Amino acid sequence: MKLELRGITKKFESFAANRDVSLTVEPGQIHCLLGENGAGKSTLMNVLYGLYRPTSGEILVNGQPVEFTGPSDALDQGIGMVHQHFMLVPVFTVAENVALGSESRKGASLDLETTRRKIREISDQYGFAVDPDAVVEDLPVGVQQRVEIIKALVRDAELLILDEPTAVLTPKETDELLAIMRQLKADGTSIVFISHKLREVREVSDVITVIRRGEVVGSVSPEASTSELAAMMVGREVSLSVDKEPAHVVQETLVVRDLTVVGDNGVTLLDDLSLSVAQGEILAIAGVQGNGQVEFVEALLGLRKSSGSIQLEGRELVGRSVRQVLDAGVGFVPEDRSHDGLVGAFSVAENLVLDLYKDSRFRSGPSLKRRAIASNADHRIQEFDIRTGSPQSAASTLSGGNQQKIVIARELSRPLKLFVASQPTRGVDVGSIEFIHQRIVAERDNGVPVIIVSTELDEVYALADRIAVFFHGRLMGIVGPDTPREVLGQMMAGATEAEAHGTDTDATSVPSTPWEEQA
Amino acid sequence: MTTPTTNTPTVNAAEDLETSGPKWIGSALQPVLAIIAALFLGGVLIAATDDRVIRSASYFFSRPTDLLSAAWNAASSAYQAMFYGAVFNPNADTFTRQIYPLTETLTVATPLILAGLGVAIAFRAGLFNIGAQGQILIGAAMAAYVGFTWSLPLPIHLLLVILAGAIGGGIWGGIVGLLKARTGAHEVILTIMLNYIAANLVAYLLTRPAFLREGSTNPVSPPVAESAQFPLLLGAPFRLHWGFVLAVAATVFMWWMLNRSTIGFEIRAVGSNPRAAKTAGINVTKGFVVVMVMAGALAGLAGVAQISGTEGSLSAGVAASFGFDAITVALLGRSTPLGTFLAGLLYGGFRAGAVTMQTMTGTNVDIVLVVQSLIVLFIALPPLFSAARRKKSGSKPAKKNISTEKPAQKATAVKEAQA
Repeated sequence: MKLELRGITKKFESFAANRDVSLTVEPGQIHCLLGENGAGKSTLMNVLYGLYRPTSGEILVNGQPVEFTGPSDALDQGIGMVHQHFMLVPVFTVAENVALGSESRKGASLDLETTRRKIREISDQYGFAVDPDAVVEDLPVGVQQRVEIIKALVRDAELLILDEPTAVLTPKETDELLAIMRQLKADGTSIVFISHKLREVREVSDVITVIRRGEVVGSVSPEASTSELAAMMVGREVSLSVDKEPAHVVQETLVVRDLTVVGDNGVTLLDDLSLSVAQGEILAIAGVQGNGQVEFVEALLGLRKSSGSIQLEGRELVGRSVRQVLDAGVGFVPEDRSHDGLVGAFSVAENLVLDLYKDSRFRSGPSLKRRAIASNADHRIQEFDIRTGSPQSAASTLSGGNQQKIVIARELSRPLKLFVASQPTRGVDVGSIEFIHQRIVAERDNGVPVIIVSTELDEVYALADRIAVFFHGRLMGIVGPDTPREVLGQMMAGATEAEAHGTDTDATSVPSTPWEEQA
Repeated sequence: MTTPTTNTPTVNAAEDLETSGPKWIGSALQPVLAIIAALFLGGVLIAATDDRVIRSASYFFSRPTDLLSAAWNAASSAYQAMFYGAVFNPNADTFTRQIYPLTETLTVATPLILAGLGVAIAFRAGLFNIGAQGQILIGAAMAAYVGFTWSLPLPIHLLLVILAGAIGGGIWGGIVGLLKARTGAHEVILTIMLNYIAANLVAYLLTRPAFLREGSTNPVSPPVAESAQFPLLLGAPFRLHWGFVLAVAATVFMWWMLNRSTIGFEIRAVGSNPRAAKTAGINVTKGFVVVMVMAGALAGLAGVAQISGTEGSLSAGVAASFGFDAITVALLGRSTPLGTFLAGLLYGGFRAGAVTMQTMTGTNVDIVLVVQSLIVLFIALPPLFSAARRKKSGSKPAKKNISTEKPAQKATAVKEAQA
């Protein structure tokens, strides 16, 4: 099937998730969409799959313009999608899941035999080794994914959209999936492959289209070097500069040793991680989303069980409750402020003391000091320029930037021994970004060790004194703030520091590198 | 109603933003409208079952006014009778008898208010406490036991009875909190099952010599000692007792606790956003236990009000349906202390007035149950309406999902937070 997208724009109110995106997928082609998290890849695919309607632009299948009002329309045109999060009923068998939505019937009863036969055919053809009568929740993730692919193939999909299919797979499963993709391609199925993992993209794609901030940056062939792809993906815009003096490093007061976090399903999310942060420096943790950064800060704060050791000024934090960690002098700005940082129904004043209400400043015995809480609110609102109707307004009525200022104002309103901020400026307007960055640097200059977690490389470069790169729950290395983006990009994709520099020398011919190569 | 932050956990912040105008419209006016609408529909039902209305309906086309006036008469006289039975009876010969209905309403309202507060406080922490019935029963059993076996001077004995009732209910509620905190079991299932256990436990106890009244074959406990009873508040002939003062005190205490204390701050935070509460260092699971102990203790006090106030002894029916009415009282009161108090008064009035209504106009008392249920239905309706409106206006994706590339992740996060 030949698929064309022409000038697709998708706006959510004033925010354009996709802007004038055009691309063509030839029959039997593996077309990769490469881009960072939040670049607009999934939105584009949801438009293509009929989940969203484009604000403007058109979709052509085999040269004919089509309009999708829902996934069933896309399916009718032969477009199937395997979502990042599987759409399977865990307690159903494979056959039941595949039949779901297009069940064949024998009178009033369900006829699964046809479905079983089709599953066996496809399974044999591609070597899927899927038992139609296995219950889905008992299957490994890789096999569940194959069930999703079978679901699309049973419905005669000629074009498959795979949305970050390897994000949930082990390296071995990834190799198997890539083999399956090649086989599907050989049988004439077109594939749109969404990923931000450079290695597999280069290995399997015929054409790579890079998307950044909702726009197509360019199409390249897979022969392009990893560093070239990384540079295109992360962009080369001038970073928001922050005025800051060089760090006056005093003493390493946060020492993390062999920190390991194992998830509920037995997967190791954080693997033997060791690092340390000194007073008066900002350590930025860079990495593609979902590589252990969230687990790291949650373990640090006591929100998640971990093993190993986290010592702050000699005091062990592993095994402590959140309350104890906060009382030990840790200030924390969570990644998702509306879920973890604020109680939306509470007033601004109440949110400004959300984790301080037990402080003797704000309570006497069991009773809250309302006047102290009110005057604290007045002070913080002024100091942090929080735009709110009144201190009594519900926090949910404020803009994202102002909500974030509440969280940061609260966390900085007591003497800290460690300041941890996850995505401190996500969804925050430019003016507030500058202000928040200044406050973070000011905290550093006060001699507080600061950890920033950010998936925005611009922010990492703007703030960091040192950069730690996480990949698959492991520390790929800690590098200086003058490390070129290409090197960082490759480390974020799983290369060690030495490897990243190594491949980079191969690609010195790329003229677009604005940074001096390190010796 | 009392402060700008009195949100019930069932209403999320996004919905709050959608209601235009001052916030109290959403929180205070809505129950009032629900009551009016329910009373109106109840009136239609009263009219529809009235003999004269049915008769005049047979010649509706020749004289339609007959039907309308008959309907109006039926409904208005029924409600008038209810008012006479619940608030003030102008036809009585003495002032005492004139205001007797009001004191009766306050008496009936006492256990409703106390148990309603118990349900409301659990609501505020995001817990759906269906177990007030069982908590009342256990509280009543403990209170009754202390009341009829011990003999002590008046204030001490009564205080111990009150304490025993609170402890009994508190334990029954605490079990729920503990199991939820430890195992993640759902509180609705736990409280429903504990209601059965409590009802059957009390029925069993009433067959044992320790609880059974001497010489009685009916399952009734001995009467509690006089020193274990609430003194009458206004003296005879009024039944109104000091238990009502306890209910007022509990309302004031709960208002202070929720809005002015650190514990209340934690409870409200846990109820509105458990994830943020956890991140702010609040022990959410401990909060569940504390809240359920308090909820149970309040319901237990409702049991005390029955034992030491109106009933005087333990029987299987001592809790009547107060535990379930308490849920509607808390819902109608929007889970605020004052709102629950007022809703308790209203439901007390319904109960007190229903009897008079039946004796005076022959309207079936069950119509009151219908009106009570309609009120809750109307309170539940507006979110339904707005949900339908949202659906009609097209599947506009929520604003929050825009920038995230993984809406599904968001959904699971929300689910986790709710779990």
